[in-house]
Amino acid sequence: MNIMTEQTLENAVGDKMNAKSNEVIKMRGDKVGVFYGEKQALFDVNLDVRQNQVTALIGPSGCGKSTFLRCLNRMNDTIDSARVTGKITLDEDDIYDKNIDVVELRARVGMVFQKPNPFPKSIYENVAYGPRIHGLAKRKSDMDQIVESSLKKAAIWNEVKDRLQEPGTGLSGGQQQRLCIARAIAVSPEVILMDEPCSALDPIATARVEELIDELRQNYTIVIVTHSMQQAARVSQRTAMFHLGYLVEEGATDKMFTNPDDKRTQDYITGRFG
Amino acid sequence: MTDIPLDTMAGTVARPRRDIGLKARYAAERRFRIYGVIAISVGLAFLAIMLITIVAKGYTAFWQTTVTLPITFDEKVIDPSGKRATDSSVLIKANYPKLAENALVTKLGIDPANKPMMLKLKGFLSEGARVQLRDIVTADPSVIGTTRDVNILAAANLDSAFKGQIDLSVDEGRRKVSNQQIDWMNKLRADGVMDEHFNTGLFSYGASSRPETSGMGVAIIGSFYMMIIVLLLALPIGVAASIYLEEFAKKNRFTDLIEVNINNLAAVPSIVFGLLGLAVFINFLGMPRSAAFVGGLVLTLMTLPTIIIATRAALAAVPPSIRSAALGLGASKMQMVFQHILPLAAPGILTGTIIGLARALGETAPLLLIGMVAFVADYPATPFDPATALPVQIYLWSNEAERAFVERMSGAIIVLLIFLMAMNITAIVLRRRFERRW
Repeated sequence: MNIMTEQTLENAVGDKMNAKSNEVIKMRGDKVGVFYGEKQALFDVNLDVRQNQVTALIGPSGCGKSTFLRCLNRMNDTIDSARVTGKITLDEDDIYDKNIDVVELRARVGMVFQKPNPFPKSIYENVAYGPRIHGLAKRKSDMDQIVESSLKKAAIWNEVKDRLQEPGTGLSGGQQQRLCIARAIAVSPEVILMDEPCSALDPIATARVEELIDELRQNYTIVIVTHSMQQAARVSQRTAMFHLGYLVEEGATDKMFTNPDDKRTQDYITGRFG
Repeated sequence: MTDIPLDTMAGTVARPRRDIGLKARYAAERRFRIYGVIAISVGLAFLAIMLITIVAKGYTAFWQTTVTLPITFDEKVIDPSGKRATDSSVLIKANYPKLAENALVTKLGIDPANKPMMLKLKGFLSEGARVQLRDIVTADPSVIGTTRDVNILAAANLDSAFKGQIDLSVDEGRRKVSNQQIDWMNKLRADGVMDEHFNTGLFSYGASSRPETSGMGVAIIGSFYMMIIVLLLALPIGVAASIYLEEFAKKNRFTDLIEVNINNLAAVPSIVFGLLGLAVFINFLGMPRSAAFVGGLVLTLMTLPTIIIATRAALAAVPPSIRSAALGLGASKMQMVFQHILPLAAPGILTGTIIGLARALGETAPLLLIGMVAFVADYPATPFDPATALPVQIYLWSNEAERAFVERMSGAIIVLLIFLMAMNITAIVLRRRFERRW
C-alpha cells in the first residue's frame, strides 16, 4: 500500500516534470520589501523559486535572506511591527491577498528552523500533529501510515521506529532536525523553507541532512538559507545572493560559484567579506 | 617563594610581584560570606523561636482529657413525670448533667448529702456533657433505664490541671482548681478512668464559650468553601486574562497601562480588598454578611493579580521556537496556545495558583471587614451561610484569656501552618517534577 502510493506520487511528479519541463515557477517574489517598524530590512526583491529545485539564499549576516524566507510562508505576520510590501505568489496566487488564509498557506509552505525545535512530545506525536490539525487522517491506521512514510522520507525511520513513543527532545541534534523535517513533510507541503537547517549540527549530521535535501527535491520545492558556501554549492540548483537587504544576483548555482556577474558575489564567495 | 628560584633557573630576572590588591579582594569576599551566614542564621533563629513557641504551646491542644463514667440513664432524672411519649421536648430539656454528676458521685464515693463537697464537684465535668448525653438519648430513647460507659469531657480547668499546666504551688484560693478536685483527679487517674485522648473535637466543634467544646470545624469548612470558590473563579479568569494579554492583545499604551495596574493590584494591602468587598458585594449587591461566598469573592479579587502575574511569566517562558514550530505547521494561533503553549506553561501556572491560594488561605484582614468574625456554632450547610475561616478563628481565640483557649489558638496555628506547608510543598514538587529544559 505504502509502496504503491510512493510510486504513484513519483509517477505523478515525473509526468508533471515531463509535461512542463523543470522550469516551472512555483513561487515568485515581485518587488518584495519588508519593514520592521521604521527600518526597512528588504528592498525590491524579485526572485523566482522553481519547482522541484533547491534554491539557496546566501549572503552575510543581516542581509535579509532569512527575512525574505519568512515572507514566503508569512511567518513575519507573527511580528507586530513587521510590514511587507510588494507581491509574492504561490502558483499564481498572491499569498498576501485577503482571500488567502495564512493557516492554509503554511500547510502548503512548510518550514524547518535553524535550531531543531521538536515539540516536547513523543516522536509519533511530533509527526502526527500537523496531519491531525489539518484533518489529513481519518483513521488511526491512516495516521500511522503518514507518520511512517514521513519518517522514511526524512531518512530517520530506521533510527526511531522502535521508540516512536519516546520524547522527540531525547534525540540527538541531527536526528531532531530530521524529525522536524519529517514533521514538515507530514502535512504534504508543496514548498519547504529551511532556515539554516544545519547550523546547529555537527559535520556528519550536516552531511545526512544535505543528502536528505537532495532526495526531497524530487517531490518538493525547497528554499534554503545557508551561511555555508560549500553547502549552497552542494545542495542547490539555483542560488540567490543577498547583501544589505538587496538581492545582488540570482542564477544557476554552477554559474554563481564559477563565474558570478557581480563583484560583491565574487568577493563573498571567495571569502573576502561576510 | 618557589617561583624565584625557578625564574633564576630559567635565566630570567625575577620580577617583583605586583600588588594587585588580592588580599583586600579576598578579605572583602570573606566579609561578605560572613554577612550572609549571619543573615541566614538570624532568619533561621527567628523561625525556630516562632515554631518552637507555637508547637510548645499548641501540641497539647490535640489531646483532651475525658472521664469514662458508667452513666445510668435514670428515668427519674430524664423524664420524672413520664410524659416523653406525648411531649418530645422532654428529652431535649432533661437535666442531663445530673446523670453525669450522679455517676461521678458514685465513682468517687461522695455522700450526696454533703453540700460543700457536692459544690466542689461542680465544674469538674464539662457542660458539654449535656449535649453529649442528650444526643445519645435522642438518637436511641431505649437507653433510658440502662447503664453504659460514656467518655465525658473534663472541664477546661481540669483538662489543664491534668496536663500539668496549672502551678499547684500557688495558693489554693488564687487558682481555679481546688485541692479537693486535684485529689479526685489523681484518684480517677489512678483508677485509669480519667485519661487523655486524641482531641477530635478540635476539628469538629464550632464556636463555643467553653474551651473544651470549642473547635475549628466551622472555620475549616468556611476556609474550604472559600478555597473552592477562589479556585473556581480566580484560576479560569486569571488564566484567560493572562493568555489574552500575553498572546493575543496588541502591545500598546493601553495594554501597558493594564499591566502596570495588575502589578500594582498585587501589592494593594488586603484590607483594601476587604473594604471593596464590603462596599460592592454586601452594601451594593446585598449579599449576606459573614458568608464564605462573599469571603471567597474578596479573596478571588486578591488572588487574581498573583495568578495573572505567575501565568504570564509561565507563558512567556515557553521558548519562541515552540511557537514558530506550531505556526510553521499551519496551526492557528488558538491551536498554538491551547495545544502547545498552555500545556508547557501548566506547571508554572499551577505553582502560581497554589501559592496564591496559600496566601488567600492565610488572609484575615479582608474577612474581618465582611463580617466573618462572627461566633458561629453551627456548620454552614452552603457557602451562603455564616462561617468563619481558620486565620479568623485563630484571631478570635487569641482574644480569649483562658489557658485552654491559648492552647487551642496555638493548635489552630499549627493546623494552618501544616495546610500552608503542604500547599507550598505541592507547588515545589510540581515545579520540580514538570520543570523542562530546552
